[in-house]
Amino acid sequence: MIEVKDLHFTYPTGIEALRGINLTIDDGEFLAVMGQNGAGKTTLVKHFNGLLKPTKGETLVNGVSTRDVSVAKLARNVGFVFQNPDHQLFSETVEDEIVFALKNFGFEEAVIEKQVDWALNLLDITQYRKTSPFMLSGGERKRVALASILAWDPQVIILDEPTIGQDHQQKEKLQQFILQLNAQKKTVIVVTHDVEFVAECNPRVILMSQGKILAEGIAKEILTNQKLVAQASIVPPQITQIFLELADLGLPTDVIDVHEATKILLDRLRERQ
Amino acid sequence: MSVFEGFKFRKVSSAIHNLDPRIKFFYVCVLFVMAILFNKLLALVVLFFIPLPFVFMARVKRQWLRSLRGAAFLAVFIFATNFIFGYFYPASFQEITPPIDTLVEYLIILERAAAMTLRFVVLIASFSVFFLTTSPDHLGLALQQSHIPYEFCFAFTTAVRFVPVLADEAQTIMDAQKARGLELERGNFIKRVRNYIPILIPLIVNAIRRSLELAEAMESRAWGASEKRTNLYTLKLKRADYLLVLVSVLMLVLAVYVWLYVHIPSLTALLSI
Repeated sequence: MIEVKDLHFTYPTGIEALRGINLTIDDGEFLAVMGQNGAGKTTLVKHFNGLLKPTKGETLVNGVSTRDVSVAKLARNVGFVFQNPDHQLFSETVEDEIVFALKNFGFEEAVIEKQVDWALNLLDITQYRKTSPFMLSGGERKRVALASILAWDPQVIILDEPTIGQDHQQKEKLQQFILQLNAQKKTVIVVTHDVEFVAECNPRVILMSQGKILAEGIAKEILTNQKLVAQASIVPPQITQIFLELADLGLPTDVIDVHEATKILLDRLRERQ
Repeated sequence: MSVFEGFKFRKVSSAIHNLDPRIKFFYVCVLFVMAILFNKLLALVVLFFIPLPFVFMARVKRQWLRSLRGAAFLAVFIFATNFIFGYFYPASFQEITPPIDTLVEYLIILERAAAMTLRFVVLIASFSVFFLTTSPDHLGLALQQSHIPYEFCFAFTTAVRFVPVLADEAQTIMDAQKARGLELERGNFIKRVRNYIPILIPLIVNAIRRSLELAEAMESRAWGASEKRTNLYTLKLKRADYLLVLVSVLMLVLAVYVWLYVHIPSLTALLSI
């Protein structure tokens, strides 16, 4: 469980990025952190594995303050997949890239071998085992980065903007994969601007603006609140926008799911016939 | 990364910022020559204080101190290297007759090591003031007006402009590797140096990738299409610039005079008396 109590954070440059955040994330929860650029989303999640330490207030991971533990120790339970895979890839082969973290955490050789096989298989990149990560496409590099984090099987997985630079098919796969992780009782925290992605996954949403939590609740509640999304400089999902524009025809304004929308429209058509 | 912060231009309205960059560069070069001329600790202590009025007048004290703090690791390395080489090759010291067995002889080696370290600190301190108070645009303009080919000016100013970008990127890469259990400060000296490989490789690969992208973007915007470029702004020397030239020349003349005709005693010799 992650508990954030009155968290304030100011960068050395003087920029106050977080201003009194209070938040609890239960084990096995799926959470999306949303908001405009500079809202403090990444700064907030960087506190969960101790990369940043609070200026005021505290962050507790499984009851332990992140101030008292090193990043390496916290990282064993909290995996963080960075936005740009090129910020972490450095090894000669994909296999070495995955082995890197496992060696850092002191896993035994036999376990390392097993975990590497498992991670390569999980992300469908076994065929690139001996390939240089620099020779892969953007989407493949992202999968290597993800595999290198999942390899040590952390309880909490943080993904910073996972859908950026991914084509539709990759995005679909990623979505399924994240939902699968959550179904395995992993705590999944996603930092994203992608409203369509959030609408389809339907996690609990935290909407941030200027270093504060503007609102929190289920995706359907947050993404259909026009006032809130405007305040956070995001736009509702396209399907919601259509339904909002057709509200005069008596259509509901709280639809975020395409399947739900289709059902409503079909029902209306049948009624007219 | 704080050493890079000390070389990042700060937009402040001050008399030092308004000085002609060519003259400021001349002043810094004079400091450079003076630092190279002297190898006595006393002389280098005096040199260390010369850029201080500049720092206070330019109101960049905090950033300047940060650059010194960032250079501390290298300074310790220089001190240790000089001391070790001085100890094992005492033949370079006129005052010492091997083997080294008296306290005074140890102090002489220590003083030389301190002097070499201070020489490095003086160089960092003076160049830091220059870069903190000179915008990359002004720097480019100064080079162009000094009849240096535009291609070189552009390459130089771009390199300077990208220093803070690289510093930010290095910090992100460090965070990404720490999140995979890398502990930079763990192990003996060799291990610690090796710990930086996962930071350096992505940094270099990304820098090369970015430079190629920049080259393509520049070519697409007709870079180098016209032989004679025009400039919106031109640099003109003002009274303060002439004053700084005068001060710099006087400093240089004085330094050369002292170097040729004045014997600077070593601190150890002074204390022995």
